[in-house]
Amino acid sequence: MTSVAHAKPAGGAHDAHAPMSFWRKYIFSTDHKIIGIQFLFVSLFFLLVGGLLAMQIRWQLGFPGKPLPGGGILPESMVSGGVILPEYYIQLVTMHGTFMVFFAIMPLLVGVYANFLIPLKIGTHDMAFPRINMWSFWLALLAGAIMLAGFFVPDGAPRAGWTMYAPLSARPDLSGATISQKLWSISIVVLGLSSVMGSVNYITTIINHRAPGMHWFRMPLSVWALFITAILAVLALPVLQGAAIMLLFDQTLGTHFFDPGAGGQPLLWQHLFWFFGHPEVYILILPAMGMVSDIIANGSRKPIFGYHSMVFAIIGIAFLGWIVWGHHMFMSGMNPTLGSTFMVSTLLIAVPSAIKVFNWMGTMWRGNLRFHVPMLNAIGFVSMFTIGGLSGIFMAATPVDIPLHDTQFIVAHLHYVLFGGSLFALFAAIPYWYPKMFGRMMSERIGKLHFFLTFIFYNMTFFPMHIIGMGGQMRRIYDPTIYDFLKPQQPLNVFISYSAFALFAVQFLFAFNFLWSLKFGKKAPQNPWEDNGMEWSLPNPAPHGNWDRTPNVYRGPYEFSAPEAGDKDYLPQYVKLPTDRDPVPAPLPAGGH
Amino acid sequence: MRWWLPDAGSTFAGPIDTLFLAILIITGIALVIVEVGLVTFVIRYRARPGRKAFYTHGSTRAEVIWTAIPAVTMVALGLISNHYWVLMKDKKSIPPNAYHLGVHAKQFEWQVTYPGPDDKLGTADDFTVRNQLHVIVNQPTAVELSSEDVIHSFFVPEWRVKQDAVPGMHITAWFQATKTGEFEIGCAELCGMGHYKMRGRVFVHTPDEYKAWIAQQAAGGTE
Repeated sequence: MTSVAHAKPAGGAHDAHAPMSFWRKYIFSTDHKIIGIQFLFVSLFFLLVGGLLAMQIRWQLGFPGKPLPGGGILPESMVSGGVILPEYYIQLVTMHGTFMVFFAIMPLLVGVYANFLIPLKIGTHDMAFPRINMWSFWLALLAGAIMLAGFFVPDGAPRAGWTMYAPLSARPDLSGATISQKLWSISIVVLGLSSVMGSVNYITTIINHRAPGMHWFRMPLSVWALFITAILAVLALPVLQGAAIMLLFDQTLGTHFFDPGAGGQPLLWQHLFWFFGHPEVYILILPAMGMVSDIIANGSRKPIFGYHSMVFAIIGIAFLGWIVWGHHMFMSGMNPTLGSTFMVSTLLIAVPSAIKVFNWMGTMWRGNLRFHVPMLNAIGFVSMFTIGGLSGIFMAATPVDIPLHDTQFIVAHLHYVLFGGSLFALFAAIPYWYPKMFGRMMSERIGKLHFFLTFIFYNMTFFPMHIIGMGGQMRRIYDPTIYDFLKPQQPLNVFISYSAFALFAVQFLFAFNFLWSLKFGKKAPQNPWEDNGMEWSLPNPAPHGNWDRTPNVYRGPYEFSAPEAGDKDYLPQYVKLPTDRDPVPAPLPAGGH
Repeated sequence: MRWWLPDAGSTFAGPIDTLFLAILIITGIALVIVEVGLVTFVIRYRARPGRKAFYTHGSTRAEVIWTAIPAVTMVALGLISNHYWVLMKDKKSIPPNAYHLGVHAKQFEWQVTYPGPDDKLGTADDFTVRNQLHVIVNQPTAVELSSEDVIHSFFVPEWRVKQDAVPGMHITAWFQATKTGEFEIGCAELCGMGHYKMRGRVFVHTPDEYKAWIAQQAAGGTE
């Protein structure tokens, strides 16, 4: 290892990895990259499912009482004469939230990119526990299948909202759904297992398997964010699992954890759910922030502004994320004094969030900006996440939350964070690491068109939701037009619905680009974005086992435009300059690769 | 078309709307700084032949500034908000002269219990009306919320009043209506398939009107 370290350690088929059958290689694979790609295809499928449900919600809110186009193919239990029924409508909102949060955004960020990027970026051959990693994927798929099955059982899908507030979720006589409510609980328990298995793996790999020279503060922010996210997940998901098991007991064994009639407490569910749920919010945004940081530094050709404070901001957000869950419960009947403390901790999250936004701007300041598709989407992320963060301040201030709580204002806010934030980050990350996955580039031209159209229709869809929320439109109501105070703003609901349809349609550009480029994309050069990350020392796609020999790391991840780089404006972590000394390799634990 | 919060109908609306406006101004300034900054940088620092990025790892001074300003602003906002929060939600803030009503929520209706001519809840002359909330203008009113089955949320937009009704709990919410007329109650918490139609009507009366209505109801009359 201390022998000649060359500028570009060549990748190639690892000796230990003999040719494998198709099944071992692509289906029951233990290769972290294949597992990442498996997660990618599965979660993009669930993203499509979630989107289709959203379109039906928007149809109903824009045109209540009008038959859903194509609704004729749905069974009588969902539509009547093509018109969406109230019981189907609440299944739609419940499952849209459930699929998007648990089976689309979370696996897209964590399942795909923690798996794919961590070993590549820290310079190791695979995850610490490759087999557990494989199990984590298959359990996630099983959980998704159980959840999807809810639509095909008698009574249809769960009906208590993705937050499953008890006692509505616990009592089939009150919700009208018997089997699928139980399926929801079971699916979440399985998904939690998958998530914990993955997280343990990510944490262990990052702590133990960094290449020589990859000090903690030489890790890219994407890896830092995924590391902190894994810690959040390993602590938060078991709480949800526990709550889901209690709910399942209430549903099946006749316990009464959440049933007040028999001594239970409905608020217990909310405390448990949000004790998981708020860290979950950060599980859904931190990896996005990390990857966007990498991409903005690359696109700006500049080191990240304030790398250390960016790391501490990630840690700060994660820490504060544990003590703000009560802000989901300001109107719940929880003691108002508790509300005061949760308000303060919630408002304080604005501080690390502001640090991040200003440091991204600082990174772009006096840069030499290249507007490739990942960079455009990353800038879109910063501008949209800012709106989502700022609108959160309205609800954090408890008196202002009173009129806004559980209205469309919240829906606007959470979509600015989850779509404007997480999804824009994914629209940046997917084309950025696409060549590393598939050896080809996605089309820049289609990518740019997709970005601009998405950016416009996205804002047309979600911004007006703030206004109808201020007007008082409650969440999850089937027909706003029966209220006198909501009737005047119905034209805005129609406008939002048209915008949402356009937004959905535009996503087919992305789907086409993604699928078409698999076969017909331009062949990727080795380092298409002229980036510094360890992953670009490998050929595209990277081979099983990644490096023949563990590479050395010589510097931090963001040495763009460094004076030592000479006439180039980047200096990869793996390049050894004459002045560089080889790092002393950290001993690998026994049994390491 | 309405572009703002609903017309003010209670004493809470003043402070809440002012705070809303203040936050809108603060966040508006932050938003303009960020978005204008981004657009400026995108135009000014776009890649051109011969340009090179300025190599820097950051500035401690800048970091301190953009950490301290949000921190101070948020703490100040928290302190001001808390003053009004306590006033609106704390049990001790319910005025002693408040007129008490019972509101019992169930799938999918609001059952309002009135104290009857003796102005006392829990006595024999109490009577209950479905989906009709009658209150007196400029009179502090406390509604004692309970629920039959699942969680509902009592929401009157014009009053800026929202409070969940939780089965097994008794929660009192208070307000003081400032405008006579008719309004609506909505349910703000998903409570089942009829969630959307859990609509109640609100009537804010002058004291005389209210007295007349109570008397009429107590006599078994219907409106």
